[in-house]
Amino acid sequence: MLGKKLAGVGAAVAVLGVLIGLYVAAWATSQPPTVAAVSAPASSGGNQLTLETVAAIGPKYSPSHPDWVSYLARRNGKWIHSTIYTVPANSIVHVTVYQYDGDTGLRNPFLSQVQGTVGGTVRIDGKTLSAINPEEASHTFVVPQLGVFVPLPGVPEEAKDQCEFAPCEGAAHRTIEFSFRTGAKGRYRWQCFVPCAAGFLNGLGGPMQTLGYMDGFLNVV
Amino acid sequence: MSTTAEAASAPEPTRRPLWRRLLGFNLLSAVILGVAGYYLGWFLGHQVNGGKSFEYMAKTDENDVALLLAYFFGVIGFLIGLGFANYPLSRLLGRPASLREKESHGISRYFGLCTDHKVVGIQYLVGIGVFFFVGGLNAMLIRTELLHPVPTFVGPNQYLSLVGMHGTMMMGMMTSGILGPFANYFVPIMIGSRRMAFPRIEALTFWLLMAAGFILISTIFFGGFPTGWTGYEPLNDQAVMGMDSYICFFALVGISMALLGLNMMATIMTMRAPGLTWSRLPIFVWSVYATAILMVLAAPMLIATLLMAALDRTVNTSFFIAGGGGSSYLFENLFWFFGHPEVYVLALPGFGIVLELLPVFTRKPLWGYRLAVSGMLGVTLLSFFVWQHHLFVSGINADLRPFYMLSTEIISIPTGFIFLCVMGTLWKARISFSVPMLFCLGWTFNFLIGGLSGVFLSDTPSDTDTHGSFFVMAHFHYTIMGGLVFTFFAAIYYWVPKMTGLRFNERLSKWHFWLMFISFNSTFMPLFVLGMEGMPRRVSTYAPNLQGLNVWVSISAFVLGFSMLIFLFNVVFSLIFVRARAQSNPWHSKSIEWQVPTPVPVNNFEQIPVFDSDPYDYGTPPHMGGAEPAAAGAGA
Amino acid sequence: MHPGNRTTHYGSRRSGCWSLIATPLVIFLLGPILPPGNGSEQASGKVTDNTVLLAMATPVLLLVLIYLIYSIIAFRQPKGGALEGPAIRGDSKLQTAWIVITSVLVLTLAVYGTVRLEAGYGAGSGSGPKPLTVPKGPKLPVQVIAQQWMFTYRYPTYGGVETPHLVLPEGEMIELHVTSIDVIHSFWAYQLGVKADANPDVDNVVFVKPTKLESFDVHCAELCGIWHGYMYDTGRVVTPSAFNVWIHEQQKRFAPATKVLPKYSTTYLPEPTRRGE
Repeated sequence: MLGKKLAGVGAAVAVLGVLIGLYVAAWATSQPPTVAAVSAPASSGGNQLTLETVAAIGPKYSPSHPDWVSYLARRNGKWIHSTIYTVPANSIVHVTVYQYDGDTGLRNPFLSQVQGTVGGTVRIDGKTLSAINPEEASHTFVVPQLGVFVPLPGVPEEAKDQCEFAPCEGAAHRTIEFSFRTGAKGRYRWQCFVPCAAGFLNGLGGPMQTLGYMDGFLNVV
Repeated sequence: MSTTAEAASAPEPTRRPLWRRLLGFNLLSAVILGVAGYYLGWFLGHQVNGGKSFEYMAKTDENDVALLLAYFFGVIGFLIGLGFANYPLSRLLGRPASLREKESHGISRYFGLCTDHKVVGIQYLVGIGVFFFVGGLNAMLIRTELLHPVPTFVGPNQYLSLVGMHGTMMMGMMTSGILGPFANYFVPIMIGSRRMAFPRIEALTFWLLMAAGFILISTIFFGGFPTGWTGYEPLNDQAVMGMDSYICFFALVGISMALLGLNMMATIMTMRAPGLTWSRLPIFVWSVYATAILMVLAAPMLIATLLMAALDRTVNTSFFIAGGGGSSYLFENLFWFFGHPEVYVLALPGFGIVLELLPVFTRKPLWGYRLAVSGMLGVTLLSFFVWQHHLFVSGINADLRPFYMLSTEIISIPTGFIFLCVMGTLWKARISFSVPMLFCLGWTFNFLIGGLSGVFLSDTPSDTDTHGSFFVMAHFHYTIMGGLVFTFFAAIYYWVPKMTGLRFNERLSKWHFWLMFISFNSTFMPLFVLGMEGMPRRVSTYAPNLQGLNVWVSISAFVLGFSMLIFLFNVVFSLIFVRARAQSNPWHSKSIEWQVPTPVPVNNFEQIPVFDSDPYDYGTPPHMGGAEPAAAGAGA
Repeated sequence: MHPGNRTTHYGSRRSGCWSLIATPLVIFLLGPILPPGNGSEQASGKVTDNTVLLAMATPVLLLVLIYLIYSIIAFRQPKGGALEGPAIRGDSKLQTAWIVITSVLVLTLAVYGTVRLEAGYGAGSGSGPKPLTVPKGPKLPVQVIAQQWMFTYRYPTYGGVETPHLVLPEGEMIELHVTSIDVIHSFWAYQLGVKADANPDVDNVVFVKPTKLESFDVHCAELCGIWHGYMYDTGRVVTPSAFNVWIHEQQKRFAPATKVLPKYSTTYLPEPTRRGE
């Protein structure tokens, strides 16, 4: 009798354990979706990646963290909440970033200088620059393993019509364009270096440390 | 109001309806009140949203106050539901002091507040076993990820949480790994007492640990935590809400540890039966005593440190934040002041188990009893003077390093005493290779490797290259897993026949041991090499040329996990299905716990025994020359 | 007469023989390949230290292991037997000898370690803002700034230029100042035998003299968040003249960045420094 009771309890525990294990495995392996760069028009060659940065992702894309800053990527005309991008190896990648966030300022002003892009420059609203004012940095797109360091200046404070939640169409923004070359295949990581995670210690917690917001992977295939 | 004992033996004439039986202070009420407390705390925490100090919550979408309060009230509700508040309340209301009647029947006593130390021992064994497996599963996921040098399978955030959960769960649970199940069950019997000094506190330590375990697992709902088990600031402060689960878990573990140690000390010091002088105490009880001293002195430091970390995370104090005048060093020092005695809390019971079991399976008295005791006490004392060896390269005052190098080297001297006692007991012995003995021999090998690698780490120049690398991982897995966990299994195989009256399947047990021993060494020996080759800890990406070794380690780890499954199968098969009766003293031990009947009566002894010697009355005295077969079986 | 005396003697002779063969083997075969290699004076010193430690650990390991194996083979209970062993409870001479020998061994190691630590000016470890022993003569100061999740390097004697990669001149004594601007990191240059934690608002000084023209791996050795494992880099040790060329080229290249950098300091606390800002 006791044995049967124990067996029953044991079986229930085992089933529960397996279910919990599956749940944990699902949690452990969940990652944001991947967005691939598309072929750029013949005039520029290479591949095009279109990104935007927003001050607050909004409840539509992230019900649990609506106030977190985030990158988004465009796929087939729609903005996808993702930071995992696929680009081809040994080719040129053109990146266009629509910057909807205000400036925060770099903690290490060294990163205000552009490195690793084609020509060592970045085009901000049409103007070509090789460094920005570190106080105006809103985000960065840095791939340390490829030596690509691109600071992204923010929307000035007094600008009208600032974006509230993603997707930000038509609000005040800066258009930033740069290109870089990829080499061998691999999985590279990229991150933002500006302390844009408002409210967290050093501005470096939360979205700055979470895949899908301010950190991502660059799959070079 | 206390849960009434179920009438068990005779068929019950009138059985109360189910709903009446479920009402009362039991696990169901505990869970209900716990959840209610959780939501109460959550609600209260959200009331602070408007305050100026908490403006950051609007920007971060994180309310640490709510989660900490939720856990706090949840645990309070849980404990009230189990009935822990009843006695304090009744005393507050002026009712007289009373010793709670121990429940003697029914399986329901294992699922609630029971003041029978034997029930608490079994509760601990199952509870810790469950969380040990949870920690082990985390390890399997970690090793799966490490098959590839680039993150492939587990996301980088989740990987760090897995690493943290594995370490934290193991450290929190296994500190009570031997004291919880085996000291609680056997120390009163070994000292001739009917109970522990504080039976209700004993039960409390168990349930605190269970609540803590669930709190730690709940971290995955709050984003996990990125700091690993050491919880270093300021990363701790930067982290999202999942960090609060870690803080709460460890605080509860600290409270449980301190109370467990207190109970052990009080029991051993004051409740020994007549004739049981300190020099006749079983060596296992000595190891429990030494461990208890460490627990009582070190755990409060952890609780205070975590409180400070929680304050930093909620009300914006700056204990550990350099920008506000604090120091990250403060956390490191406070943590390791607890952390180093903590690892001796893990090691000492292992020493006790091995030295306790060896005489039984070598049929000789323990060699060097006083040396062993001084070794344990020496380790206890010295363990408070070595913690800065975790901080050798962190930029501490350079004057301190030679001192801590010296103290860390010196602590290997009392540890060496234990080895001499093991070797002395093996000298000219008559070794029978039962499964508990196999685990003890496995301990000897593993702890030897672990201890010697510690000598390398204690040397500051050498430590410069190995600190924070897989070499350290190998060292502490050899001493903690190869040490404590092996003796945990030795104790299980040795004492479960006494606790349950059932015996394990011999073949499955031997398979478990051999597979575990071989795969354990195959998993952790290469980690020394990986560390020396420059692989840092807690990474999911590594140099591609190290992939071969990592794959070998991962596959061995899977085999190690499989050996645990064999153990689980053994438990289910032997204890639930086959249920073969064990002999009353299968190991022919002369220790007192084997002289009482199985199952052990509720009050342990009919008459309090009188001791006249230590329990190591084995062997033929040397002057009689030649070994003679001793009288078989255990005498009363 | 103690019945165990003769066999104890025999046993210790056996272990002694094994140690006499194995220890030199270990020293000569394993010594040269022990980490961290010969990339710097400090690293070479540690190869020696590790060899000495290994040489002292080998006899201990062998003694215990051989004894264990011997006792498992020789001291068995015959199948189905119930024999008892001799009731020996101790041997004060053996215990005293053991205590004395282990204490001497351990104290020797502690003294040796201290001597080697200070002889190597910290042996490549981070010695805090005020190291005990400081090498005499000219030292090249290089600051290692650890941040989440990258190391950058500043050369105060070259205009405070900051570079993303570390290049060091061979044969010169380098004074590394390791600091962090956010959480605890650790600068680990494997081939140079250097490891120093980077704490915020702390200047952790390491002395290292590279002796080989090679590239070295830099890893972060203290968990610092999501990209801790990716916080690696490759540094180079070059000839002093090549270093000169390189540093001037870096000054030209990073002139715009140097203009906006804060003045060189051993610690930095850039905004934001607190929660909630």
